Amino acid sequence: MSEEVRQAVAEAVGRYGKERSAVLAVLRALQKRFGYLPMHALDEVAKALELPLAQVQGVAEFYSFLAMRPQGQYRVFFSTCIVDEFKGRAALQERLCARLGVPPGQTRADGRVSVNEAACTGLCDQGPSLLVNGWPIARLTPESIDAIACFIDQGVPLEEWPREWFAVQDSFRVRGLQLNAPWRSGAALKRALRHGPEFLLRELEVSGLRGRGGAGFPTAAKWRYCREAQGERCVVCNADEGEPGTFKDRELLKHCADQVFEGMTLAAWATGAQKGFLYLRGEYEFLWPHLEQVLRGRRRRGLLGRNLCGLAGFHFDIAVVVGAGAYICGEESALLNSIEGRRGTPRNRPPYPVTHGLCGQPTVVNNVETFFSAALIALHGGAWFAQAGTAKSRGTRLFSISGDCAWPGIYELPWGISVQEALELCGADDALGVQVGGPSGAFVGPRDFHRRLAFEDLPTGGSFMVFSRQRKLLDIVENFSAFFAHESCGFCTPCRVGTQLQLKLVRKLRRGWGTLGDLQELERLGQVLEASHCGLGHTAAHPVRTTLAAYPEVYQAALREIDFSPGFDLDAELETARQLTGRFADHLAQE
Amino acid sequence: MSKVKIATCSLAGCFGCHMSFMDIDERLLELAEVADFDRSPLSDIRQIGSCDIGLVEGGVCNAENVEVLRAFRRNCRILVAVGACAINGGIPALRNRYDLGDCLEEAFLTGLGVTDPKVPGDPELPLLLDKVHPIHEVVKIDYFIPGCPPSAEAIWTALSALTSGNIPQLSHQRIRYD
Amino acid sequence: MPSFALDGQEIVFKPGQTILEASIAAGHYIPHLCWHPKLSPHGSCKLCTVQVNGRLCSACTFPAADGQEVISASEELRQLRLRLTQMLFVEGNHFCPSCEASGQCELQAMGYYLGMTDGHFPHFFPRREIDASHPEVLLDRDRCIFCELCVRASRAEGKNVFELAGRGIHTRLVVNSPSGRLGDSALQAQDLAARVCPVGAIVLKETAFRVPIGRRRYDHKTIAEVSLEQEAPLVRAHWQEANHE
Ligand SMILES: Cc1cc2nc3c(=O)[nH]c(=O)nc-3n(C[C@H](O)[C@H](O)[C@H](O)COP(=O)(O)O)c2cc1C
Ligand code: SF4
Ligand code: SF4
Ligand code: FES
Repeated sequence: MSEEVRQAVAEAVGRYGKERSAVLAVLRALQKRFGYLPMHALDEVAKALELPLAQVQGVAEFYSFLAMRPQGQYRVFFSTCIVDEFKGRAALQERLCARLGVPPGQTRADGRVSVNEAACTGLCDQGPSLLVNGWPIARLTPESIDAIACFIDQGVPLEEWPREWFAVQDSFRVRGLQLNAPWRSGAALKRALRHGPEFLLRELEVSGLRGRGGAGFPTAAKWRYCREAQGERCVVCNADEGEPGTFKDRELLKHCADQVFEGMTLAAWATGAQKGFLYLRGEYEFLWPHLEQVLRGRRRRGLLGRNLCGLAGFHFDIAVVVGAGAYICGEESALLNSIEGRRGTPRNRPPYPVTHGLCGQPTVVNNVETFFSAALIALHGGAWFAQAGTAKSRGTRLFSISGDCAWPGIYELPWGISVQEALELCGADDALGVQVGGPSGAFVGPRDFHRRLAFEDLPTGGSFMVFSRQRKLLDIVENFSAFFAHESCGFCTPCRVGTQLQLKLVRKLRRGWGTLGDLQELERLGQVLEASHCGLGHTAAHPVRTTLAAYPEVYQAALREIDFSPGFDLDAELETARQLTGRFADHLAQE
Repeated sequence: MSKVKIATCSLAGCFGCHMSFMDIDERLLELAEVADFDRSPLSDIRQIGSCDIGLVEGGVCNAENVEVLRAFRRNCRILVAVGACAINGGIPALRNRYDLGDCLEEAFLTGLGVTDPKVPGDPELPLLLDKVHPIHEVVKIDYFIPGCPPSAEAIWTALSALTSGNIPQLSHQRIRYD
Repeated sequence: MPSFALDGQEIVFKPGQTILEASIAAGHYIPHLCWHPKLSPHGSCKLCTVQVNGRLCSACTFPAADGQEVISASEELRQLRLRLTQMLFVEGNHFCPSCEASGQCELQAMGYYLGMTDGHFPHFFPRREIDASHPEVLLDRDRCIFCELCVRASRAEGKNVFELAGRGIHTRLVVNSPSGRLGDSALQAQDLAARVCPVGAIVLKETAFRVPIGRRRYDHKTIAEVSLEQEAPLVRAHWQEANHE
């Protein structure tokens, strides 16, 4: 195999280059080809890219989709987003595993298939769903699982599976100001070029556009800071869309990629950047060919490349970089590290990306939707955009609505709409609550349904997950806690260890072993998590904190009226000894 | 004034902490002025009765340890973990890096020099837990005296505070993990 | 000269210094584990967490600025640092009585300094690999706290012997050699990377237990005293040089 590996590495390096930044793409190519990354393959990569082997290993082991042990020829990942869980993910996965005779997390002896779990894959509006060799299959049913099992068992190549299985349904439910606005490729750019960068920045200021990735930083200010910084500036589009329950970037990239790329080009014009990157989450790899096609079209029309739009000296092009399964790479500085071919751990701030971003150069990082809106604003004007929304949250935005509602999908709504209004729109009544902004956001109970979705009240990256009264609150909290524990990058102590401890405690509560002391401990853990290095750790305690505020009685009811109970299953720990000694009658009570 | 009742026990430990306790030397007499020993290797009382202070040496490695520890918790107003093994499993917890099944198999079934391959199952022998646990994972512990063993000074400092109704506070010099 | 207030005391700093550097140079200890005066700051252990104008920040990476109000010595922060130290203890296997570094270990000394008597949390008892393949250096991953001091030291030495791999709680220290073993790497006992480990994860062979109990680094001195004695002069010298350049 080593000759084959050498060749594959040479090919991948030929394609992606010898720079350090090529490492992730090369590793992805090898993963695809061999089903895993054997050490000698990493060694070849290290030699080809002139990197220390341990650094290549450090990168390889960081991502969920890169494996150090052989994986199946068919590699299946079930999305474990809470919305998919409630729609029966576990039973469907068990069914597939049983049909195929492979335990979850393992590779079948003949190397045919492996079945794993992944964090939310961004199809919660049409889940439960899975990815097979990177291709999504949504709307799973027991019948479709059986059919998939059949195809895998018979080794039918993916290209011969029915096309319609891989269809990702369009899901714009409500179109507003932006989705209804007319769009002509290049028109926004030409308007901006005619009036100059200062005009563009002023339009953005008038629009009041704030970042759609979650934090809501004013976009005009970000572009201006970058413009004023010295160096080889850079524009990066954050298409990592990892927050469970968010899928609007998926649809924007599918239907409005041209606007997004034009938004990036406008940012390049405003800041003087020549290089652009779109960081696409590994789960959305299926969108990649389409994105390349749109990019080619724009290059052909002179909207990308050298002397753009015929303007001498305006050079800008965009490359797509594909991730490999790591929520943390949505954090902007981790994302930059990932593009540079480093481990996706967040950097220290200050300095911020606008002055020290990609390779230390001034960099604008914006969400997909931010660039989309910026393009429309450049075309239709700041005032047009600012007519909608609230004082501090101007315009409309795309909400990803999923869960227990009649019409899940994407809703373009003005900021300021109340939770109740959104619930009515999507056809949900008598909800237990809504998770606004994903696990890192807030759980909102009925008492707070009058609150408004806006930076002034409930800020959100757009995720809106509805839970009906059938759902168990602690199931939700456990799912979110497991998500954070799984996605913590491990860089800093409070988050690396704290998210694990939090998960243990939540599981204890859910098993009915919790005490009042455990609840207090959870609250204190939340305080320790606040000392974390980045937003992941800072928000990891939100699920506990916000569900506790909404439903203290649910927690109280789960508690035992004793002041202490062990956090592990005492009796289960005697099982090995029982088996070996045959003393099956000996047991310990949990207390 | 009635005397304070103290109980002590060693779970998965080596009695080193008890030995160190003995090292308080002549202060044992001082202690005897204010305290009586209930269940303890020092007193030969087997069943624990209602006590003020329980001192526990050693971690929890088997079912009997769990029972004894729980009896201590039920009977002692204040329960103190004494020494590294009680606090983090200590040396016995070095076995946590192996599977219990593998250990027992090698020791009693497949290992070198095994003559009558059989894992002893005598009901007198307590069943082993998969892992050795610090005692705070099994019952609530009020105070900890670290050290392997804790110095006589540390034990004395903590104990004299407790017998006089105070919160034990170990100075920087008294806190040692080895 | 610009200055900030550390627990109410004025600390004069040189532009470019972090809060930690300025404080230590001025003779005021702020707890830290992943920081070393000779290596670039990292910001991962979070022991140096302070409040800067009310916000939690890592003193080792946060730039000092004129007029900052910095709080480090509060009970609230001691409690936070205690929990962080306990987290580091329980996520690894720290059996001090059998550790070569006992008495000289910064994690242990931090525990003493913060008044830590127990691990507080359930112990993880992870299973990690020990690497004894190197003739002069032992790598016991059970005790690694992922401070990356060895990683940074080796990078600075141009050898890149150590790296972190894995993610989250599965983060682990790996060695740069085709076999992954220390014995096949370029590490030498005199390298800073072999000597900088603050705990007993990387230790020099045949030196263990040579220093008798009572004469070890932290037997009589606190980690604060040792830091100010040994690290403060290095920081001062570094900034003096920086000024002359
Ligand atoms: C853990 C974490 C994950 C994040 N994931 C994303 C993401 O998937 N997409 C995104 O646009 N922003 C994400 N962000 C926010 C980015 O760091 C950054 O603020 C954003 O991309 C800036 O773009 P904007 O100003 O257009 O919102 C994440 C932040 C954190 C802390
Ligand atoms: S908070 Fe979590 S995700 Fe962020 S740097 Fe720390 S360990 Fe990594
Ligand atoms: S081996 Fe030591 S120096 Fe290296 S990361 Fe681990 S604890 Fe830090
Ligand atoms: S010393 Fe600052 S984070 Fe470790």
